[in-house]
Amino acid sequence: MSTADDGDAAWGAADFIELDGVEKVFDVRRKTGFLRREKRQVRAVDGISFRVPRGEMVGYIGPNGAGKSTTIKMLTGILTPSGGRLRVAGIDPSKERTRLAQRIGVVFGQRTTLWWDLPLKDSYRLMRRMYRIPDDRYAANMARCTELLDLGELLDVPVRQLSLGQRMRGDIAAALLHDPEVLYLDEPTIGLDVVSKSKVREFLRDLNAERGTTVLLTTHDLTDIEQLCKRVMVIDHGRLVYDGALAGLHEVGESERTLVVDLERELPPIRTPLARNVKVEGPRQWLAFPASVSAAPLVAELASAYPLLDLSVREPDIEAVIAKMYAGGADAGTGARIG
Amino acid sequence: MAEARKRVDEAGSGARGVREGRPATEGDRRPVREDAHRAAEDLLSVRDRGPGGRLRLARDGFRAYGLIAAMWIRATMAYRTSFVMTTLGSFAATGLDFVAVLLMFQHVERLGGFSLGEVAFLYGLAGAALGLGDLAMGTMGRLGQKVRDGTLDTLLVRPAPVLAQVAADRFALRRLGRTTQGLAVLTYALVQLDGVVWTPLKVLMVPVMLLSGGAIFAAVFTMGGAFQFWAQDAAEVQSAFTFGGNALLQYPPTVFAKDLVRGVTFLVPLAFVNWIPAMYVLGRPYPLAVPEWFAFLSPVVAVGFWVVAGLLWRVGVRSYRSTGS
Amino acid sequence: MRGVRVRWRLYALVAAGSFRRYATYRVATAAGVFTNTVFGFILAYAYTALWDQRPGLGGYDLAQALAYVWLGQALLAAASLMGGGFEDELMERIRTGAVVTDLYRPADLQLWWLAADLGRGAYLLLGRGVAPMAAGILAFDVALPPEWWMWAAFLASVLLGLVVSFALRFMVGLSAFWLMDGTGVAQMSWLAAMFFSGMLLPLTLFPGLLGEVARAMPWSSLLQVPVDVYLGKRTGWDLVAAYAFQAGWAVALLTLGRLVQGAATRRVVVQGG
Repeated sequence: MSTADDGDAAWGAADFIELDGVEKVFDVRRKTGFLRREKRQVRAVDGISFRVPRGEMVGYIGPNGAGKSTTIKMLTGILTPSGGRLRVAGIDPSKERTRLAQRIGVVFGQRTTLWWDLPLKDSYRLMRRMYRIPDDRYAANMARCTELLDLGELLDVPVRQLSLGQRMRGDIAAALLHDPEVLYLDEPTIGLDVVSKSKVREFLRDLNAERGTTVLLTTHDLTDIEQLCKRVMVIDHGRLVYDGALAGLHEVGESERTLVVDLERELPPIRTPLARNVKVEGPRQWLAFPASVSAAPLVAELASAYPLLDLSVREPDIEAVIAKMYAGGADAGTGARIG
Repeated sequence: MAEARKRVDEAGSGARGVREGRPATEGDRRPVREDAHRAAEDLLSVRDRGPGGRLRLARDGFRAYGLIAAMWIRATMAYRTSFVMTTLGSFAATGLDFVAVLLMFQHVERLGGFSLGEVAFLYGLAGAALGLGDLAMGTMGRLGQKVRDGTLDTLLVRPAPVLAQVAADRFALRRLGRTTQGLAVLTYALVQLDGVVWTPLKVLMVPVMLLSGGAIFAAVFTMGGAFQFWAQDAAEVQSAFTFGGNALLQYPPTVFAKDLVRGVTFLVPLAFVNWIPAMYVLGRPYPLAVPEWFAFLSPVVAVGFWVVAGLLWRVGVRSYRSTGS
Repeated sequence: MRGVRVRWRLYALVAAGSFRRYATYRVATAAGVFTNTVFGFILAYAYTALWDQRPGLGGYDLAQALAYVWLGQALLAAASLMGGGFEDELMERIRTGAVVTDLYRPADLQLWWLAADLGRGAYLLLGRGVAPMAAGILAFDVALPPEWWMWAAFLASVLLGLVVSFALRFMVGLSAFWLMDGTGVAQMSWLAAMFFSGMLLPLTLFPGLLGEVARAMPWSSLLQVPVDVYLGKRTGWDLVAAYAFQAGWAVALLTLGRLVQGAATRRVVVQGG
């Protein structure tokens, strides 16, 4: 699979989101004593450039405070960049916020865009009028969201009485009623139970596949990325430290896959230049090999030399990979090490 | 301009160290595209800043305000008893405030040379005007909280002016209680006043005072809200001018020190809510030497208040968007 | 015995925490001082007009009437004479259901909030009381206590007033268990406080039966009684009677609050949170 090549083909024609050296600098005042205050500048986003073509689904990940939310806020026009150039659908978000608002949908995982004290359906009715959604589109979208997000019984319930998962589904529907071309999701699965999570993911996958809606999501949950996004961007300390296929992350993070070998009988640990023996447990042995290398030569060698019952390849733990990258990102020579 | 460009370039080179699944920028194509964008931008900014754009903004604002307010009214009406009770409560409660004035007149015939009817006239006008302003823009006081807890962000991603969204949030029709109380006192005053020679102009001035006064107070609420972009906890400063202004204007101007009256006439011209026009209606001299036509300036002053409020709000939103929460 | 001591320390900590919490809102404090001072000026002029016409009205001379105005502004925030305080937060916690966790805390709901409210009151008395009072004394001829110890007597009376104020607002907060929108109740409550505490007009100016009723109601503990103590109108046994009046209302209202709290707790348990 060659994600990068797919990207090259689709690119150029329809870059939907464009960032060139975008920066965001905050003045932070901190109390250091009874009356003393310290003023310093924080570069929340420090020169980020990327492009997202129409219809792509991109994961945007990074540790807390890395600049994910700040980026989303700039993309939606909530914040004005301190430097660089930013366009969404050719529009400068901070200059024409309300015009852009018609074309984007936003879901903040931590706070709702719905009216807290009112029944869910009141919020939808208001959205419909506010976004001037044509009757037929509204009816169709409402029906679709109600069905796929299982909202039927929730429509008459005040938002504050909804569970987190129900509210999130309600929020996603609210963000989609006006057929946005792009959907930003800031931590859409945070705090959700397993069932709600998979429901949300399934819905987003369908949305992207059927409607071609461009999706950019930030998340802490890497399963979201694994299940939804072919492309992932990693941000740390306000800088993009990785932009590419999910698979490529392993390479960067020097991760390893594991081949689990079931032998016919207990044997001494297997030695091979292609892999590292990690563990032996009776007739089962674990061999680690670089994630960027194909398993085929290793398997061929083992098959010729050992009595095999079964083989299985375990994918590396992405979280460990990213943790490694973050740790590396804190070093001065990030570029040299990763690039 | 050159400086900005330099920064972009530096940022671009800084990003070069990034491991790229795809190149981050597309140098050869960029200048052309940027120029096109800039041209489009200029066009749009002209449209945005021109009178047409402003008119459209105002129309969108009123529309959004109406939509949100209607939704809240509908929501309140679902609990009709609660609504009726709180409105009556608000009416009765603000009524206590006037009882204090009545109690004062238990002990004196005149206050600052003004009879009960005349004070009631001032009181009713100021109260009803404040009620209208509060009804329209009273929730602006919650802006600081919205900035603090981040809910303002959710308003900024909607295709409607933020001012309208903030102002209409939790629109509470029960605040009509204060207006009603003000109007009731005003009616009482009109019955009590016997020395006034009513001309058509004077009759017309009463509703004009109410509407202009309401607009002035609404603008003050808006300024107080905008102020909270910088000082999120300073909601109370607004009360000094709204509720404080009301407390001031319900007494005759003769009660106060000249400097205070001067400040309220020229500096923060709340005197145009009722004092100056009401002196004309009552046929009494204003403690300061002002031309007689000042009495008819209230609508103009209201517009002035709104120009300042609008500017302040704009600067506030802009500063929010450049600092974030 | 030991358990009791530990709990006192807990509540002391709650009060101190609340004090510090309010102390962090420096801007809010400054804004409040500004507003109180503005209102103080407006009322001071109105009272001057009134007392110019009727010197000695309500048993006060002009300087005493002006002291009344500025003490009202100084106590307004601390004693919540015009609302505001913990009850909004309590209502919000009830509305969102967060109050359930409060109920499972190993501390008494009422005492917890009382401690917090006293911490708040102590801060607001200093932060928002001193500056407007000083402004009033500088700008107007304000009567000061005739004896130095009356300051102490005054502060004791203020403290009792704070407890009465708390007890009243605690019940207002609990009303959120039964009402969807407690705003109306809160509003009624602060208007009653404003009127019957003497904030709008000294209760001694209220005529006949209205005056007698107003002076006997709990709200008079918040302002009228402390001001009279300050002005040296209540000394000797009369001072004791003033304290007894305040303490009596405090105990009665706190007890009533406990009953309401019990009913509310049962309600939560029945509803299952």
